[in-house]
Amino acid sequence: MSALGIISNANLNGGQKLAVKYFTVSLALFGAQVLFGLLAGIQYLNPDFLFGILDFSVNRMVHINAMVVWLLFGFIGSVYWLLEDESGTPVVGLGLGNLNFWIFTLAVVVVVLVYLLIQVGPGELKSIWLINEGREYIEAPRWADIGIVVCVLIFFFNVAATFMKGRFTGIAGVLVLDLVALAGLYLAGMWYTPNISMDQHWWWWVIHLWVEATWEVLVGCLMAYGLIKTMGVRRKIVETWLYIEVALMFGSGILGLGHHYFWIGTPEYWLTIGGFFSALEPIPLVAMVVHAVFDAGYHKLKSSNTPALAWIIGQAFGNFFGAGVWGFMHTLPQINLYTHGTQWTASHGHLAFFGAYVTMILAFFYLAIQKWRGNVWMGSNLVGSWKWKWSMFLLWTGMIAMTMALLISGYEQSQIERAIGGSDWVAYFAAQEHPWFVQGMVWRMIGGWTFAAGFVLLAWDLMTIGKRETRPALVVDAESH
Amino acid sequence: MSQTAWWASESLWRKSAIWVTGVSFIFLIFLTFDTVDHITAGSKSGRVKAYSVINNRIDYVFDAKRNMQVPVIGPVEPLFGKVLTEEEAEALVSKGKLTTQSKNCMNCHTLLGNGSYYAPDLTKSWLDQSWGSKETREKSMVEFLMDPTDKLHNSLGRKMPNLGITEEEAKATVAFLKWMSSIDTNGFPANFKPLDQSDAPVATVTAEPAPKASAAPAQQ
Repeated sequence: MSALGIISNANLNGGQKLAVKYFTVSLALFGAQVLFGLLAGIQYLNPDFLFGILDFSVNRMVHINAMVVWLLFGFIGSVYWLLEDESGTPVVGLGLGNLNFWIFTLAVVVVVLVYLLIQVGPGELKSIWLINEGREYIEAPRWADIGIVVCVLIFFFNVAATFMKGRFTGIAGVLVLDLVALAGLYLAGMWYTPNISMDQHWWWWVIHLWVEATWEVLVGCLMAYGLIKTMGVRRKIVETWLYIEVALMFGSGILGLGHHYFWIGTPEYWLTIGGFFSALEPIPLVAMVVHAVFDAGYHKLKSSNTPALAWIIGQAFGNFFGAGVWGFMHTLPQINLYTHGTQWTASHGHLAFFGAYVTMILAFFYLAIQKWRGNVWMGSNLVGSWKWKWSMFLLWTGMIAMTMALLISGYEQSQIERAIGGSDWVAYFAAQEHPWFVQGMVWRMIGGWTFAAGFVLLAWDLMTIGKRETRPALVVDAESH
Repeated sequence: MSQTAWWASESLWRKSAIWVTGVSFIFLIFLTFDTVDHITAGSKSGRVKAYSVINNRIDYVFDAKRNMQVPVIGPVEPLFGKVLTEEEAEALVSKGKLTTQSKNCMNCHTLLGNGSYYAPDLTKSWLDQSWGSKETREKSMVEFLMDPTDKLHNSLGRKMPNLGITEEEAKATVAFLKWMSSIDTNGFPANFKPLDQSDAPVATVTAEPAPKASAAPAQQ
C-alpha cells in the first residue's frame, strides 16, 4: 500500500482496479450528458442555435443515451467495486472483464460518433442496424444492442461465478438474480415491427422493468453495501431491509408497468391495473428512506466517508421524491390523460434519474477515490471539504430548479394544450408560446447552468479530494457482520 | 436485541420477496398474452386495426357509452388514390415506420404520447385541422415532410429540419400516420378536434354526436 493521499492502483483489489476504469468513463459520459442537455435546453429558448448542425433531436438523443450508458457504467463499476470484498475471493474472470470494458467503451465511442456525424439514415432496416433505432432511450443501433447483451452477460458471468466461488451473501443472491433480469429484459426491445402498439408494448418492458424494477433493486444492493461500509451497519439488518425492498419493489413495480399501457392501444383493463399498482410504487421508496435515515441516526452519522454517506442519504430522499412523489403525482390515468407526453414527464424524469441513480453512483465514486488514495481520511473537517459540499449543493439546487421549472411548464401545457386546447397542433403551440411555459424554460436553463457548475466542481473534487490528507480513514465500529 | 420478532425475520422477508416477485411476474405473463392478442394488427377486438384500414376514412369521434373519443372507420377513401391489399398496405406502413425510426422523429415528437416534447404529438396528426382540408391533406403532408424548413411552423421559430426524406419515404410516412390514427388509444388525446372529413353536400354519412361539445371541458 502506498503513502496516504497518493493515488495508486496498489491500494485496490483486482475488481476495484477494473471498477475505477468504469468510473472514469462513467464520469466523462456524465459530462457529455450535461453538455448535450445544455445544448438542447438552449434550443428551447433559441431554436436557431445549431439548427441544421446539431438539431434538437440529436442533442436530446445524446443527452438521454449518455445518461443510460454512464449510469450503466457506474452500476457495473460499483458491482466490480464490491465484488471481491463481498465474496471474499478474487474476481474469477478479471482478464475477460478488462477486455469487456475496452470493447464496451470502444462501442460507446463509435455509437456516439455515428449519432453526431451521420445522425439519420434512409427509411430502411439497415439504418436501424447501423445508425440509430429511433426509439427513445434505446436508440443504439442493433449491432450495439447485441454488443450490450454480450457485455452484460460477461459481466453477469463474472459476478455469479465469483460469488459462487466465494461467499454467497444475501446481497449477492439479490444482485445475481437482478442481473439475470437486467440482461434478459433487454432482449424484449431488440426486434422490429411495423406495429407501433406492439413496438411500444415491448419497448416498455425494457424501459420500465429496467428503470422502475431491476435498477431500483440494484441500487438497493448498493445502498446495503454502502451502509455497511460507511457506518458499519449490521449485515443482518441491511439484508432484511433489502428483502423487504425487493418484495415491495417487485410487488408494485412489475405490474406498475401498466401505467405505460394506458394510451398505446393496449386494453382498457390496464387503466385499473396500472393505476393501482403504480400508486403502490412509492411504498418501497419510503422503506428505503426509513432504513437509511434510521441507520444513519442510530450510528449518529459517524461514518468513514462523509461525502459518500451524504450522497447515500440524498439518494434515499431523491429516490422517494423524484421517483415516488413525482411519479405518483401523474401516474393515475385520470390525470395522466392530460399530462402524458408533456413537460410534466420531463420534470419527473429529471428528478427521478438524479435522485434514484446518479446519487448512488456518486456515493460509490467517493468510496472509490478514498480507497484509491490509500484509504485516506474522509470524515468531517476533511481538508478542502468545501468542494464536495459546494458541488453537492449546486447539483441539488440545479436539479431542483430544473424539476420545478419543468413542472410549471408541464402544468401549463396540460391545462392549455391538453384540457382546453384538445391536443392538436395549434393547441400545442399555443401552450409552447405561453409566457408561463417560456418562463419555465428560462428557469430550467438557469437550473441547468447551476447543475453544470456543480458537475465541474464535482469532477475537480473527485480528482483532488483526499490529496492533502495524511490521516487514515476513520475505522467505523463494525457491528458483527 | 437477542430475539428477533417473527415479522422482522430475515427468512420471512426473503421468502416474501421470492413469492411476491414470482406471483407478480406470472400475472404479468398472463396479461401479456392477452394484451398481445389485442394489439396485434387486425385483432378481433379491433383495438389495433389491420394495415389496409388506410384504404378507408378514419375519424375520431365521441363514444357516449365509453365516455371517450374513439377511432371510427368510414367509407373507402384510399390513400393517394389507390386501394391497397393488406400485404401492400403493411409494406407501405412498415416503410413509413422505418422512416420515422431512422429519421429519429421520436426525439422531437411524441408518438402515442411517448418520445420528446419539442414538437407536437403525432398520434392523431393525420386528423389535425392544420392540414386545411381533407382534399389537400395528403399533398400538404408529403410536401411538408420532404422540405419542412421554409414552411409555416409557429411564432417561436422552432422548425423541423430537412431530414432528406424522399417522396417514397414521405408517402409511406403519411400511410403510417394514417394507420396510427386508427389505433384505439382509450381516448388519448382527449378533447381532440379532428379535421372535418364529411362529404359536405352529400348527407350519406350520418354525423356522430358532436365530439367537441360533449368532450370539451368548459372553454374560457
